[in-house]
Amino acid sequence: MASLDDLKKRISSVKSTQKITKAMKMVAAAKLKRAQESAEKGRPYSQKMNNVILNLSSGISDKENAPKLLSGTGNEKVHLCVVMTSDRGLCGGFNANIIKKAKSFFSNIISEGKELKIITVGSKGNDQLKRSFGDKIIENISFKNSKNANYFDAEKVGKSIIEKFEKKEFDICTIFYNQFKNVITQIPQSQQIIPLNTETGNENKTDDTYEFEPDEDEILSNLLPKNISTQIFKAMLENSASEQGARMSAMDNATRNAGEMVDKLTIEYNRSRQAAITKELIEIISGAESL
Amino acid sequence: MSEEFKIDIVNPEQSFLSKDDVTEVVVPAFEGEMGILKDHISIISFLKPGIITIRSKSEEEKFYVEDGIIEFKNNNLSVLTSSIFNLNKLEKAKLEELLKIAEEEANKTEINDQTKYLVDQKIQTLKSIN
Repeated sequence: MASLDDLKKRISSVKSTQKITKAMKMVAAAKLKRAQESAEKGRPYSQKMNNVILNLSSGISDKENAPKLLSGTGNEKVHLCVVMTSDRGLCGGFNANIIKKAKSFFSNIISEGKELKIITVGSKGNDQLKRSFGDKIIENISFKNSKNANYFDAEKVGKSIIEKFEKKEFDICTIFYNQFKNVITQIPQSQQIIPLNTETGNENKTDDTYEFEPDEDEILSNLLPKNISTQIFKAMLENSASEQGARMSAMDNATRNAGEMVDKLTIEYNRSRQAAITKELIEIISGAESL
Repeated sequence: MSEEFKIDIVNPEQSFLSKDDVTEVVVPAFEGEMGILKDHISIISFLKPGIITIRSKSEEEKFYVEDGIIEFKNNNLSVLTSSIFNLNKLEKAKLEELLKIAEEEANKTEINDQTKYLVDQKIQTLKSIN
């Protein structure tokens, strides 16, 4: 059995760990609220953008000459995957879930004999994918310096993706992120952004005829790059809300575990203290008896 | 019979402005300024840098936008833009910063005609505010 001093040290160290995790949980809770708010505030924009694009693409007459971002290159040989993770750890299964989803997608692509390119957003994803898919990673983008998800960063990612698309470096682009459902549940998502999937969400489509100024093609070719940035921004907002949520529940668990551990150690400490006292008493009594 | 309709301005971060007593909106559409009144035909268009003027019975507000898309349908005007500033609240320093960025962009050599046109518009508008 460990000595009294050792036990004391362990108790105090667990207690200070508990303090840290508790503080982290509180910080995450505060940040979560803000992230959730901004995710909600950002929704109208991406929804409206989606609606406009749906209306536009349904109105387009000449499908053959539609912008490449909408119709695709006609091939599907080269896949570009954008894996969005956090820059910080200690958030439970948050990063691991995205990576798991992405990895199974990657192995599918590779087994089909297609080419794979990866962009990682956030350093944690990069760290984990480096080992098994290191040669496939073409770029790593990290927003360590910006405090909150902002549109400017999303636009940077979007532009770099479009640039690569225009250079014909890939045919299909998919983004991976965690969708925020609630504090406990985050659902890893994959979403194809190039070519744009216009099949989903058709229920919002209206039959109204619009007047376009200038014509549809020109509006579309201006709108689609913006839409990509918007989708990425949406993913970033969802991700940051999910990250805080995951961290909060992870830290909550950690705090509870630390509490349990302190209880157990305290009982052990008290027992051995009592044992020591009993031992001393027996020594004194037996010493007195022998006189 | 009221002459009012609804306007929503959203940027990626939040809903910027929402009013339902607007009588006239003038937007800098790509092919020229466009005034929108109630019962305008459904239209989708996009914006070049310029000033959006929103008139209601009681007041008139002006906003500076750098880009955006507008959609008008059933007397609902939606403006999607990534950068919008209320002219009354726009500070001198911010204005100069925007102007500086635009001028830097204009001085780049490898831009195409369309971006050049947009940047020139931006500079012109910003200068006119000043």
